[in-house]
Amino acid sequence: MSAAPALEIEGLRKSFGKNVVLDGIDLSIGEHEVTCLIGSSGSGKSTLLRCINLLEPVDAGRIAVGGDEITRRGVNVDRVRRRIGIVFQAFNLFPHMSVLENVTLAPRLALKQDRRSAEEHAHTLLDRFGLSDKVGAYPDHLSGGQQQRVAIVRALAMRPRLMLLDEVTSALDPELVGEVLDVIGELAAGGMTMVIATHEMGFARDIATRVCFLDGGVILEQGPPAQMFGSPREPRTQQFLQRIIAAHRL
Amino acid sequence: MAVEGDRSSGTEVDESRRSRILGALSGADGRRGVAIAVLSTIVFVVLVGVVIANSPGWPAVHAGFFSWHYFKGSLPEIARAFLLNCKIFLIAECLILPFALLIAVLRSLPGPVFFPLRALAIIYADFFRGVPTILVIFILATGVPGLGIAGVPTSVVFWGIVALVLIYSAYVSEVYRAGIDSVHPSQEAAARSLGLTRGQTLRKVILPQAIRRVIPPLLNDFIGLQKDTALVGTVGAIEAFNQTQITSDATFNFTSYLAAALLFVAITIPLARLTDWLIARDRRRRQASGAFA
Amino acid sequence: MNRSRALRLLGLVALAAAVATVAGCGGSGTPTTQTNASGSCAKSQLTLVKPGQLTIGTDNPAYPPWYAGGTKSSFWKVNDPSDGKGFESATAYAVARQLGFTPSQVHWTYVPFARSYTPGQKSFDFDINQISYTPVRAKAVAFSTSYYDVNQAVVVLKGTPISKVHTIAGLRSYKLGAQLGSTSYSFITSTIKPTTQTAVYPQNATAVQSLKNGQINGLVVDLPTAFYVTAVQVPHSEVLGQFTSGGGAGYFGMVFSKGNPLAKCVDKALAKLRTNGTLHQIQQKWLSKATGAPVLK
Repeated sequence: MSAAPALEIEGLRKSFGKNVVLDGIDLSIGEHEVTCLIGSSGSGKSTLLRCINLLEPVDAGRIAVGGDEITRRGVNVDRVRRRIGIVFQAFNLFPHMSVLENVTLAPRLALKQDRRSAEEHAHTLLDRFGLSDKVGAYPDHLSGGQQQRVAIVRALAMRPRLMLLDEVTSALDPELVGEVLDVIGELAAGGMTMVIATHEMGFARDIATRVCFLDGGVILEQGPPAQMFGSPREPRTQQFLQRIIAAHRL
Repeated sequence: MAVEGDRSSGTEVDESRRSRILGALSGADGRRGVAIAVLSTIVFVVLVGVVIANSPGWPAVHAGFFSWHYFKGSLPEIARAFLLNCKIFLIAECLILPFALLIAVLRSLPGPVFFPLRALAIIYADFFRGVPTILVIFILATGVPGLGIAGVPTSVVFWGIVALVLIYSAYVSEVYRAGIDSVHPSQEAAARSLGLTRGQTLRKVILPQAIRRVIPPLLNDFIGLQKDTALVGTVGAIEAFNQTQITSDATFNFTSYLAAALLFVAITIPLARLTDWLIARDRRRRQASGAFA
Repeated sequence: MNRSRALRLLGLVALAAAVATVAGCGGSGTPTTQTNASGSCAKSQLTLVKPGQLTIGTDNPAYPPWYAGGTKSSFWKVNDPSDGKGFESATAYAVARQLGFTPSQVHWTYVPFARSYTPGQKSFDFDINQISYTPVRAKAVAFSTSYYDVNQAVVVLKGTPISKVHTIAGLRSYKLGAQLGSTSYSFITSTIKPTTQTAVYPQNATAVQSLKNGQINGLVVDLPTAFYVTAVQVPHSEVLGQFTSGGGAGYFGMVFSKGNPLAKCVDKALAKLRTNGTLHQIQQKWLSKATGAPVLK
């Protein structure tokens, strides 16, 4: 195990105008760990992920990736982002490019890979996740599940050290959720360090090393899935889980 | 609503479902609607024609504006002069498209360090959209050569093109800006998240999408440019409109205006159809045939 | 649904037919002004735009030497035609007096050049605006006889290469300019035939500025205007020469609507003014400076 944690967050605060979304987040994640963030809508899960890859500037606090503080002044933001992969709820594939072009764009431009090696790597990843026959297709031709898998491949093509997944199955039809969860499961099994914001509690219980419950802008409670889902300590955690159970989501 | 016939071919069902969704008539209803539209248009046109033909001044207006003899006579020389309009708008458009893009990009640079450039772009766009085209052409084409600076071109066509480029770049930069703004911010977020720089994101992700979206208004501005080339005639160049006036003043007949108008329209129509084709081709490439509308 | 639509259509067609018949019965070209069938030029019998008044049209600005005396009007620029000063103004008033109009019965109206030949009813009784007679133009309007025989001339800047030219052929390699509406352009293209593209300006001011800027080497205008240009508008310029043949010589006439019998009456008036020396006097007074340019052949 490496000396520095894969991801370390200290005292992270973020507001949008008067609305305080993150009010002091402290989190430390080791290599190969899968951390699931749960909580109600608006609890700050997305905001937290977007702060980690610097899409949102932080108001206060410190974030370090692999020991390297990325919130310091003068950091090269683009370089930081190349090491962190993020996948969004809305897929966000580039509609004017084919699947292959979507996947190879950043490796070629940001990592300066030549076309052949970028395409070879892309083919490998797409094959691995069952998308080899969609290589030349345009995003509009794909189903939601296929698009999301391409989005994951696109992020993986950059060989990130850390993957952030922001409610990646929330916009999918139920029958398509499975194929995406399979992909994520495979990544986890392969040792990828991941932070996953999700509503899929069953999946979280199966895959997570640790589950964090966000509420009121802080991590109210965190722990291994068995403890979090089996015997949560905080009353609000219990309330939240009860609501989830009542909605048949667990 | 009655189900449309027995047609079981996939595309026909798609067509009628599509047109029902969009509110148009289809099938028998549609044919009847077309017949009524055509008939009422014919009636209206005939009506207008009859009113015009029976007005007291018609013979004089007919001879003065719609004379075949003068049309035949003036068309060749106006067509020749029209070549100058074509030269002007082709050169100008080739310069406008990139220059306007530069202004639009300058306008979108973020952060306080780029404020001077942003301000410059805003002032530029406001000024050249506000000032009348004919004034700019006039001032540049007669004023600059008047300074007598050695090495500076004195050709009015040169300065006319410069004026048109300055003015139309202001309009077109706004069109680009609208296009850029219309690209959902999540596209930029996705690209930047992959580690692409601002410039790479703009070049490869934002602009290709932005420009595709604004092709119709870009064409609109291009057509406006084609017509504004006529203003270069006010400073002496013999383009189509100036030639039109020369001919009409020489013959005391206005049919030359009709000839010039037809030439301008003749250029516009194929251009508009070409643009429609480009848009349709791009759409076909990106979308499945109506399955995921 | 079928029947009501058909009925509506029928109604529309019937309405259209009714309107068409009405329109057809209507205007078949009865003119609103009274025609002067007898050919008399008595003042009371004249065909006029506004009875009792002689409405004369000219362009704005009204340049010397055709008009003079400055202007106190907010509308007329450079000169006010109604002060009777300047060659055309004086000639117009002389013709008016012959026709029986006092100066107060003369009214000037602004007629941009192109509106002097629009078909249909004119806004003036005649237009006097340095308009050259050509047979083609005479198909569309009526011209009076000449009130001034005019030659084209060319103005150049002193000391420039073109100022050394003495022949028409010598002008061929230079960039020339002309004004819209004049016959100068067709003269240039038919007789001088320059190798560089000629410039044609809708306004006198732009033409003059171009000459000053050196954007054109020579400006072709009628001789009196040429002298005005060199005397007043362009310092260090001179009248290089005049043209007396081909399209270079012509005459100015007043313009009337086609078939207007007033033209004949004005011709009679002009004839009178010619024989009794008035026209010559007016010419002497206002165009005396417009002489003495060498003839270019």
